[in-house]
Amino acid sequence: MRAFEYTSPKEKQQAVGLLGRQWNDAEVLAGGSDLLGLMKDDIVHPKRLVNVKDMDELRGISFTPEHGLRIGSLETLIEISQDAQVKQHYPMLAHAAGDAASPQIRNVATIGGNMCQRPRCWWFRNGFGLLATGPDGKSLVPDGDNRYHAILGNEGPAYFVSPSTVAPVLIAYNASIRLFGPNGRRELPLQKFFVVPKTDGEREHDLRPNEIVTDIVVPAPPAGAKVAHYEVRQKEAFDWPYATASVLLQMSGGTVRWARVVLSHVAPVPWVSNEAAQALAGKSIFEQTADAAGQAAVANARSLGRNKHKITLARVAVKRAILQATQGGRA
Amino acid sequence: MPNYQWPSADKRKVIGKRMNRVDGPAKASGRAKYTYDTVRENMLYAHSVRCPHAHAKVTSIDTSAAEKLPGVAAVHVVNGSGKEIFWAGTDVVAVAAVDEPTARDAVRLIKVEYEQLPHLVLDFKEPDLAEAEKSEWYKVAEKATQGDPAAGFQQSEVVHEGHYGSPVITHCCLETHGSIAEWPDSDHMFLHISTQNVPGIGEQVANAIGMPAANVHVHQDHVGGGFGSKLGLDPWGVIVGQLSKKTGKPVKMMLDRKPELETAGCRPSAYARVKVGAKKDGTLLAWESYSWGSGGVGGGGSPPLPYVWKVPNQQKQHVNIVNNIGPARAWRAPNHPQACVLTMCPLDDLAAKLNMDTFDFVKKNIDLLDPRSKIYSEELDVADKLMGWKARWHPRGDKTRGPVKRGLGLALHTWGGRGHSSNCDLSIHPDGSVEVKMGTQDIGTGTRTSILQVAADTLGVAIDNIKLLIGDSDYPRDSASGGSSTIGGVSSATFRAAVDAREQLFAKVAPALNAQPADLEVADGKVRVASSPGRSLSWRDACSKLGAQTITTRGTNPDPDKGDLINSGVGGVQMADVSVDTETGIVKINKMVGVQDCGLVISPKQAESQVLGAMIMGVSYALYEEKVMDQTTGTMLNSNMDTYRLAGLGDVGELVVHLMSGPGYDERGVIGIGEPPTVSPGAAISNAVANAIGVRVPYLPLTPDRVLEALETAQTEGGRA
Ligand SMILES: Cc1cc2nc3c(=O)[nH]c(=O)nc-3n(C[C@H](O)[C@H](O)[C@H](O)COP(=O)(O)OP(=O)(O)OC[C@H]3O[C@@H](n4cnc5c(N)ncnc54)[C@H](O)[C@@H]3O)c2cc1C
Repeated sequence: MRAFEYTSPKEKQQAVGLLGRQWNDAEVLAGGSDLLGLMKDDIVHPKRLVNVKDMDELRGISFTPEHGLRIGSLETLIEISQDAQVKQHYPMLAHAAGDAASPQIRNVATIGGNMCQRPRCWWFRNGFGLLATGPDGKSLVPDGDNRYHAILGNEGPAYFVSPSTVAPVLIAYNASIRLFGPNGRRELPLQKFFVVPKTDGEREHDLRPNEIVTDIVVPAPPAGAKVAHYEVRQKEAFDWPYATASVLLQMSGGTVRWARVVLSHVAPVPWVSNEAAQALAGKSIFEQTADAAGQAAVANARSLGRNKHKITLARVAVKRAILQATQGGRA
Repeated sequence: MPNYQWPSADKRKVIGKRMNRVDGPAKASGRAKYTYDTVRENMLYAHSVRCPHAHAKVTSIDTSAAEKLPGVAAVHVVNGSGKEIFWAGTDVVAVAAVDEPTARDAVRLIKVEYEQLPHLVLDFKEPDLAEAEKSEWYKVAEKATQGDPAAGFQQSEVVHEGHYGSPVITHCCLETHGSIAEWPDSDHMFLHISTQNVPGIGEQVANAIGMPAANVHVHQDHVGGGFGSKLGLDPWGVIVGQLSKKTGKPVKMMLDRKPELETAGCRPSAYARVKVGAKKDGTLLAWESYSWGSGGVGGGGSPPLPYVWKVPNQQKQHVNIVNNIGPARAWRAPNHPQACVLTMCPLDDLAAKLNMDTFDFVKKNIDLLDPRSKIYSEELDVADKLMGWKARWHPRGDKTRGPVKRGLGLALHTWGGRGHSSNCDLSIHPDGSVEVKMGTQDIGTGTRTSILQVAADTLGVAIDNIKLLIGDSDYPRDSASGGSSTIGGVSSATFRAAVDAREQLFAKVAPALNAQPADLEVADGKVRVASSPGRSLSWRDACSKLGAQTITTRGTNPDPDKGDLINSGVGGVQMADVSVDTETGIVKINKMVGVQDCGLVISPKQAESQVLGAMIMGVSYALYEEKVMDQTTGTMLNSNMDTYRLAGLGDVGELVVHLMSGPGYDERGVIGIGEPPTVSPGAAISNAVANAIGVRVPYLPLTPDRVLEALETAQTEGGRA
């Protein structure tokens, strides 16, 4: 790890003042479960760390039926998964937060850090840059071992997959993210927060180097909505999924009025599948309709060579999430 | 002459008893100190510049900036200009500095230039034999033939041919490789090292540095995993030796996880095209294999094929691929797990083609498992009961509804495990305390506990009464803990030392009990007259008869004059029960049964724990492990434990261990158990998956992509047929 300056402001204004104008000037430090690894591996090398954990205004979970849920960016995955209001009104969020990583990581990992965590692309993590650039300037992904890489939105130059398993759940709940920067507060739909970088200098979030995430806000889900989050993961715990699907279904009697279907680990961003949502609209849910929605979700998917299985797995994830949502299985 | 045979079952009071591991509390509480934890006064930390290329020549090195960095104590060139590098991650220049960050900063200041050379890091593709014979990337072994393979296949009514294999995996020691060296004076080195070889490593380091072996003192209390990768010399022990000599201070170097996975050892891959033939009744007649694999520039090992089975007609050809992936090192039962996959999987496929239960197929051909036919047969029966094999087995392809299919698989294995040379100094002090000193090491196998059980049993004293000193090269010379050789060595040396010490004690005590030494025995902390147990002295009182004279005896293995205590050659059978989700390709272990023979069991809990650990390691390599290499950059892609994945507790299912013991087993003497149970899991689990889903997934690890591909291939082929 390279030497860095450590700062620990108490106020938001102070924090953004300490942050730099460019990436690598400074990084925000929350739980550190991702950032410290990246620094030790010399993937990022900020000159200054701005610890945000002393800022009490970034804490707290509150819920009202009118305004929905507000989660301070410093709340940890374990706190979110165990919060009574979250469990009652957003069971899919409690499930995803409680099932991510391992207990040790959930105890320190903050929701803000979870949204901003960096991709797990193994070229990126080995120092070949966010876009996995080889010695000849070309991406190493198409000809390399891309078994975990993107199957959707993979026209390049970004082929990595967005790593958070919690973000797609929040997007399914239509969450927004609040940021604070030198010009004050900014709020945007969480879906829009994730962007596809076009050059190696860009990042995969709509976050400026001198902004911090302050809160996540989630509207109250429509009454009677059915939800489920399904991860296709080989190991029981402490393992990255091949694909996940988060589904929110607004029912009208036995049929789906409208749906939101969000996948992750399939594209450089959490992937909102309008195709799957459309396939569900007006349908009652059986194995066939659920599978048709899964098929619709991957209709435009493309294998990079070694990741064909992910197309199948994404489809199964969508199907199973839909079936679990309607069968009232595990959220 | 005293009786140097192991006591009979009714006389064994501590040997064979279920005792907890004596180092358990220290390890569970964190009090046990590993090399990684050890800090010496004024210690420096070393790190090194590592070559990023898989094959290159060093053309220039500039260390000037690093040398000027405050806090840097010494810079040592490991591979100088002109040196050829054969795998990425090779140490080029090492630096010692006052703390870790400074050492890492210094590493970044060193400029090394390379001339890149062509590299090969892959090994999966079947090599063309004619090409391989001409190319420097291959080492072609001679073709070996037994019987008449052509005739064997001709007589075969059913022939099966298929591809099988397992990739390169690493040892993944949780304590990475490393050591601390210091020079108490200008001639002597003290080496604190994470090793499986306390007695031998000093000499190897001494040779590399150019100093007398006698001047190196090695010490280690605990080691966090070796699995074969910490038996011999590696660059890091030499680097700390040289840096600490240069600086006159202790120097510590422990690998980061990345170089650990890249360079600290791997298990070679082994792939093969295998053809097997049998008569309709299941009689196995013929074997043919063309196999290849790699474990770096040295090539791989040659898997002993066909594994365990004496197929009457056989022909085999192996090609070693010489590639640039980081060197192979012994990995728990070297070559056996690969050979087991390459043998037990095609035979399981052959049995399926014969419409036979693999269990019956093995029994039918049990004579071909000579000389362990009887052991395997008995073990199969035990495993059948523990797994419910016969009651639950179904032919290929679980026909129940739903995507999740369940199946059973089995495999067999063998290993040597003869005890190595060992020396034990045992002292009985006049106050009754006992001291045992041996230059062995406990690599996590429970060696301490086993030594204490033997000494306590033989002297009739409680384990708490015995002080055990191991892990130091100043103690009586022992051997490396490799090849499952430790238990045989240390148990027999300890036993002989204890018997001799007991004899000497009897000689001193006999007069006080009005008896002849030969009439005495030890029991329950007493020395007593065997024929009249009432005439006794407490252990302490008995020892007080020694006056001021401590008894010290030396027990040695081998020692042909003092009993036949050990043996070699074990058999084991394992069965796996798995569930496969055919939509996702995810394999879950429901249960595994490991039935193992290892002769006389000294410490059942430690022995069972070896089998449990081996099965867990087996689940890991069967389902998850693979060293993924990138041909373009020549580097390892998953040099991190989030993508180099190991099984967690939730993944291993129910594990059942049965040790064969009692008449027929005990009298063989002590045999090692550390390695054999690691051999079967890959094949047993692969066979269970085939039984569940009806098709073979040819290659380990059995990840979703491979399972789905096998299902898809079967479907398209089935569709075509
Ligand atoms: C083995 C392993 C398995 C894992 N499995 C999963 C999983 O299944 N699902 C999953 O979702 N995650 C998983 N994770 C990732 C884990 O959830 C993240 O590391 C964690 O959520 C990051 O939060 P943190 O508070 O520790 O962030 P940090 O490590 O402190 O920061 C991460 C990044 O976010 C930035 N950042 C943090 N907080 C803010 C803020 N308030 N404003 C602006 N920028 C900020 C930092 O600058 C840094 O770039 C896994 C991690 C590991 C190591």
